[in-house]
Amino acid sequence: MAAGSQSARIADESKHGLFMASDQAKINYMIRLPEEGQEVTGISVRAKEIALKVGPAILLILAVAFIALPVVSLFIKSPMDATIRSLHDPVVMDALRLSLMTSSLTTSIVILMGTPVAYIHARFHYFGKEIADSLIDLPVIMPPAVAGIALLMAFGRMGILGHYLNAFGISLAFTTLAVIIAQVFVSSPFYIRQARTSFEDVDRSFESAARTLGASRTYTIFHVILPIACNGLISGAIMAFARSLGEFGATIMFAGNFQGRTQTMPLAIYTAMQGDLDVSLCLSLILVAISFLVIALVKTLTRRVYKNAGN
Amino acid sequence: MLEIDIKKRLRDFDLEVNLRVKAGEILMLVGDNGCGKTTLLNLIAGLLKPDAGMIALDGRPLFDLNRKVDVAPEMRNIGYVFQSYALFPHMSVYDNVAFGLRTRKLPKKEIEFLVRDHLTGAGLWEIRNARAVDISGGQKQRVALARALIIEPELLLLDEPLSALDVRKQAAMRRDLRERIHTCGVPSIIVTHDLRDVACIGDRACLLEMGRVVLSGRAEDAVSWCAIPSAGTGET
Repeated sequence: MAAGSQSARIADESKHGLFMASDQAKINYMIRLPEEGQEVTGISVRAKEIALKVGPAILLILAVAFIALPVVSLFIKSPMDATIRSLHDPVVMDALRLSLMTSSLTTSIVILMGTPVAYIHARFHYFGKEIADSLIDLPVIMPPAVAGIALLMAFGRMGILGHYLNAFGISLAFTTLAVIIAQVFVSSPFYIRQARTSFEDVDRSFESAARTLGASRTYTIFHVILPIACNGLISGAIMAFARSLGEFGATIMFAGNFQGRTQTMPLAIYTAMQGDLDVSLCLSLILVAISFLVIALVKTLTRRVYKNAGN
Repeated sequence: MLEIDIKKRLRDFDLEVNLRVKAGEILMLVGDNGCGKTTLLNLIAGLLKPDAGMIALDGRPLFDLNRKVDVAPEMRNIGYVFQSYALFPHMSVYDNVAFGLRTRKLPKKEIEFLVRDHLTGAGLWEIRNARAVDISGGQKQRVALARALIIEPELLLLDEPLSALDVRKQAAMRRDLRERIHTCGVPSIIVTHDLRDVACIGDRACLLEMGRVVLSGRAEDAVSWCAIPSAGTGET
């Protein structure tokens, strides 16, 4: 009985509330009706709102179109059959093979040398760390042509170090090894930077927990820290791979432009453009496809990293 | 028996602690934030190095400045439950608990048997394949405790084991925690800032302030400490 009467009371109250609301609406309506000017200001407010939305939209479309148009043009302007035919061109094949080979080797070297450096920089302080940090980042800002000359001055036949190597009959400049050296030089900061932030994101308590559970420093690094930082490291490695794949300036200065030996894809594109545009287009399309793949990979990997960090 | 007599210079004050914890005894370490509670646990676990003094466990020196002894944390055999549990996010519940056995290179069969035993005992066997980041706060706490207990530690350190749980779960967890720790029969130190934990879990209690033990007594008496002005608010 008691429960029934209570629910009836609630229903009554809500009905009352409803009346109240509709009454209020009626009153509002009545108040607003006589004022004609209200309608006009309403329109101008709405126009302002639309303008606020349309303005940024136009800007955004312009910006996206500016980047999309050249990429789309590349696809439209390269005839399908000519592109596929160019794939068999020895220039294309040599460049593709050389580029993939050198970039893979570069990425391996960067990972092997860069991971310890990134870890040390994320965890420890030492005298001169700031300077080392700036030096590591320098190749990102340095113009590639300058990097090429700098490498030549260091490892070239007359270079500071190359001078001694030359005495032993070792010549680095204008060899495939020079391509790799140039690529390592320009792409390592991309990996080291990303790896460092990934290591910094690994909470120290995981390290401490592993140690108290009987894990040595090395065991902790391989079984706890590296797996947790893994996604960040991979995305950094992909960025370094992409950067070395696109490397042009330092390579042409330091390694030269010899087909099959030092002519990577960007160099082949540049060279072929003087004669056979189809070859250039074919190579460009391959590089664009790889770029898309790289972006997609890095995006998915970093997204998963953020999800982990949020938990 | 755990014996501690250490000094460590911290940023704002000097930590100076002299403590004894008997086997099977639960010592509750109470104090405001930043009074050095967690630092003390890290010093005992070997994650930080004291400036002077000694730490000994059952007569075995873990740290002794005069005799130049400093046992590495992985060799101390101490079960440590961290404040945020520090469960390895890339591993399953099972792998988290098995971690301490794998570092000891136990045979695979034995690891399987022990992990199964501990997970079943803690009511976690059903979620053994869940990733450690995907389970509830209460489950995380039990995984962290199981991970610390499975290595058969000679000393247990728990840093705010209940603070990450919601209040309603805390009461049940207190009883659970006391029972589990008592069955181990090793000296234990539990850090807390909640005086309700002290009487429910602990045998003895110490109040830490600015790196020094200012009050010490039976756990039941700790509730009255908040009546002492300096204990409640600290003299900072």
